[in-house]
Parts: sequence; structure tokens; C-alpha cells
Amino acid sequence: MSIFIQSLINGLNQGAIYALIALGYTMVYGILRMINFAHGDFIMVGAYTLFYTVPMMVNHGMPAWLAVIAAIAACVVVGVLVERIAYKPVRNSGSISALITALAMSLFLENLAMVLFGANPKTIPKIFDLPMIDILGAKIQVKYLLTLGIGLAIMICMTLFVRLTKIGKAMRAVPQDKEAATIIGINVDRIITMTFAIGSALAAVAALMYCSTYPRATTDMGTMMGIKAFIAAVLGGIGVIPGAMLGGMILGLIEIFVKVYIAPGWYEAITYGILIVVLLIKPSGILGKNVGEKV
Amino acid sequence: MPKKMKTNYLINLIGLILLFLVLYAAFESGIFGSRTNYFMGIATTACYTIIMVTSLNLLVGIMGEFSLGHAGFMSVGAYASAILTNALSDAGIPDLALFLLALLIGGIAAGITGVLVGIPTLKLRGDYLAIVTVAFAEIIRVAFTNFSITGGGRTMSGIKKLSNFYWVFWVTVVCVAFMYMFIRSRFGRTVKAIREDYIAAAASGVNVTFYKVLTFTISAFFAGVAGAIYAHYITAMIPTTFNFNYSAEFLTEVIIGGTGSMTGSIIGATFLSALPEMLRSFSKYRMLGYSVVLVLIMIFRPGGIFGSWEFSLSRALSRFSMKAKAANKNGKEDE
Repeated sequence: MSIFIQSLINGLNQGAIYALIALGYTMVYGILRMINFAHGDFIMVGAYTLFYTVPMMVNHGMPAWLAVIAAIAACVVVGVLVERIAYKPVRNSGSISALITALAMSLFLENLAMVLFGANPKTIPKIFDLPMIDILGAKIQVKYLLTLGIGLAIMICMTLFVRLTKIGKAMRAVPQDKEAATIIGINVDRIITMTFAIGSALAAVAALMYCSTYPRATTDMGTMMGIKAFIAAVLGGIGVIPGAMLGGMILGLIEIFVKVYIAPGWYEAITYGILIVVLLIKPSGILGKNVGEKV
Repeated sequence: MPKKMKTNYLINLIGLILLFLVLYAAFESGIFGSRTNYFMGIATTACYTIIMVTSLNLLVGIMGEFSLGHAGFMSVGAYASAILTNALSDAGIPDLALFLLALLIGGIAAGITGVLVGIPTLKLRGDYLAIVTVAFAEIIRVAFTNFSITGGGRTMSGIKKLSNFYWVFWVTVVCVAFMYMFIRSRFGRTVKAIREDYIAAAASGVNVTFYKVLTFTISAFFAGVAGAIYAHYITAMIPTTFNFNYSAEFLTEVIIGGTGSMTGSIIGATFLSALPEMLRSFSKYRMLGYSVVLVLIMIFRPGGIFGSWEFSLSRALSRFSMKAKAANKNGKEDE
């Protein structure tokens, strides 16, 4: 029983991290209909920023988690630059070009990090100094619950933001009809840049959560994280904000439970298997709506 | 066969034999001295990379779909052929026959995987297909990490070194020629029609799924052949080599060379696989350079360096002779 509860909390923790990353994917996909392969690498940017800023924060007597502000700033700058320099020029040349450009940016960030920081993994200092608590005989890390709480809070905030604010409405209008949105006075370029900024900021928060669980930064950490988070986004229904949360949670739970109870060596295969099954049965995901294809 | 086509084949064959003889003379005469083996190694690497990149170009350029899991098929071919040669190592089969058998088995194993992956996934297109191919390649990698017959996550070593450059050269020629003929055949034209507009193609009675799976399988088959060459050249391998980044590297080479251009793929693969070996200090910046070039190409020249242009030896010859004639004529007029 205690193993079960522990796995449950571990799974939800993992799921909340996936969900935060998936949220970024979903927002960008929702507005541009492109898979931003570089999104996973924004996590890497965040993790390396944390590696350098956490000791600085501690030295100045501030709580270590405040380093996330620096991480958010770094990620937003990188995200906006990537969008402006690479994605904007190819925006109108089809999904294939966008996909290749995104892949190229992912490779670029990874290899730039390799050149700048070297191939050795960096160990990130402790970020949260929180105790363990007992729930029904299971030892639970409080920081896992914190991750879960932050994940849920951000998801609710984002849903309300997109639904209620003016910018949120513009974000929903742009993918529906770009030209009509321009006519009624929406600055499409600015909205897209803003979406990237928000997505990147969420990636920085995800990096904080990830690094408090696995305190290691490597140059290739983003690729597989990114693909798994993308799977979470597809599972929940890409383009749908609550879907990202749901997909992330389901994926996190499945991974941890397969790891603990079924076949430790195979859990990644199960994750990818889920993607294949979802895309074949219901490509629009759990919460997505079916959209027919126009001739 | 029309006479013109026959002479074209003959010209190309003579060209290839000349190229082979030049390389053969260069390696055998020992002008590279102690570095001969090293250069032969690079040439072999270039050969299997050429097969990988052209086979991927079959998907990207001709079918217009993306595979980000081509290294997965390569690993299927590599492991299947390595298991075969390990089993048959004491059977007393001559090396060349064993090598060809290994290539065939590697190709068939990868081809079967291609059919199995292709039938369910080729309903998807674009982004989703790309991501599903990643998923399949990762599943293959996880499976090879767990099976004990493939080394169980450790390095599988002691594979017989069968890939020597002179054999690999002709294998590459045959593979590329086959793919080129496939593109120029009725099948290739149909696949191109599907690429241009699959709804229109389906409406004119083309079995879209069949042709897509066929192309996918052929592409996977040749990736398997390349994998078999790789296994018997490198002789020790680990499943993590065939990861997402390796697949992405091949895709990069296709795009830089030119989607749909076999010439682009061959030149691209040769240079991009030989360059980092030649300039060791450059290898750290190799992928960084690729990615920058890739972005620039996407912005300024989306078709790749060679676009869909193909080099033709007979065309080049006839142009050359025409120029020579014109020069002669001019010379006579001057007199």
C-alpha cells in the first residue's frame, strides 16, 4: 500500500512536470499549428540558468527558488529570439518547412549548449529544503506536492487567462482566421511572440520543478522530455489547455506505475506505444474535437 | 529498351568503373601511406551514409513525408545481420557470400519492420507522422536494449569485419541505382502524384495506402542494408547509437543536399560524413554548423542546395562535346 501511494505521488509529480511542458507545446500548436521541437530545449536553457543562478541566490541569502525568475527571463529571451529569427520567416511556407526549422533550432540550442557548457552533466544545488511527511505509512516528499500544486494553479490561471482577458481572446482568434484577426485590429505578430514568451516562461517553471526532482542538467535533456511532453499534449488533445494537464498526469502516472509494477526496462516503450495508439484511434486526443479535412 | 537509354546506362557504368579504378589505384598504390586504412574507413562511412540518406530522400523528397526514425530501421538491419553472421561464422561460407547474405537479411528484416510500422502509421501525415516515426524508433531502441540476443543494453561486439570498401562501393552503386530507377518508374511517378495531391490521386483510382507503404518499405529495406554494412564495418555497437539525434542527422543531410535530388543526397552525404573526419577539431561544431545551415536553407532556399536537380553524366558529356564543336566552328570561322 505504501509503495502504491508513493508511486501515485511520484507519478503525479512527474505528470505535473510533463503537463507544464505540454502546456507550452499546446499553446504554440494551438496558434501556429506547428510542433515546436525546440520547446524541450527551453527546459535545458532553464536548467542551465538555474545551475548558475541558484548558488548566486544562496550566496546573497535569498531563497534558492527565486532563481526561477532568472530562468524565466532567460527562457523568454531564447523563446522570443527563436520565434523572431527562425520561425517567423518560414511561417507561410508550409508545415514541412516549419517542422524542419523547429528541428534545426532544437539541434542548434543543444549543440550550442554543448559548445558553451561541455558534455559533462552539471549537478544543480538543492532548490527546496522541504521535509518528508508520512501518509498512510508512505514517505512523501513535500516538494512533490508543491509541484503538483503549482502545476494545477498554473493550469487554472492559463485557462482563465485565455478565456477572459483580451490577449487571451486574441490568442484564440488568430488560429481561427489570421486575416480577419488582422482586420479587427489584432497585431498577429505580437500575439504569436507573446504566446512563445508565455510558453517559454512555463518551460522555465517546469525546469525548476524538474531540477528539484532530478538535480542534473545535460545538453540533451530537452529532446526526450520534449517528445514525451508532446505525447502528453497529443494524449490530452492538442490545442486544449486542460487537455495538456490531463495528458501530462495520465502519462506521468502510467510511466511511474509501469516502472514500479510491470516492466522497469520497458516504460519508455509504453509511453511511445500510447502515442501510437492515441494517434490511430483518436488523433484529436481525449478532450479534443474532431476536425474534418477540407479538400 | 530504347537505344538512347542503353547508351546512357553504358556511359554511367563506364563512369562508375572509372571512379572505382581511381579510388582503387589511390588506395592500392599507397599514396596515403600509413593513412590508407583510415581513408578507406572514411570512404566506407560515406558509402553507408549515402545509402541511408538516399533511402530517406525517397520518403522526404518523393513521398513528401517525414521520417525522424530512420536510424531505427538501420538498427534493425544492423542487429539482424550481426546475429546472422555470428550464427553462421563457423559454417565455412565464403566471406563475400556471407556479406551479401547479411545485407539481404538486414534489408529484409528492416523491410518487414517497415511494413509493420507503415501500415498503421501511414494514415497519418505531416507532423504527426514524423512524431510517430520517432516513437517507433524509440520503441525499437528500447526493445534492443532489453533483448538479451542484442546484447541486453551492453555493447554487442565481435561482429565479423566483412565490410571492405571495394564491396561496399558496388553495393552502394546497386542500391542507389535501384532507388533511382524506382523513382523514374511507374511506381515512382504514382508516389509523386500522391505527394502533389493525395486526394486527387485517390480520386483517380490510385491506392494511396499501398503506394505509401511500398515506398516506406523500400526505404526501410535500404536503411537495413546500410545498417548491415555499418554493423560489419564498426564490429561493435550499442542500441543507444541509433537514437533520435542520429535520425535527425540523416534528415538534416537530406534537406541540405536537396529534397528529391539523389545527386544532392550523394554529394551531401559524402561531404557531411567525410568532413568531420577530416577536420577533427571541427567535429565539435559540426551539428551546430548543420543546424545553422539548415535554418538558412529553410529561409532562403527551401528546396535544399541542389533542389530537385539531378546530375547526368551523358548530359554533361553531350554538353561538353557540343561546346567543343562550337569552339571548333568558331576556330574555323576565325581562319
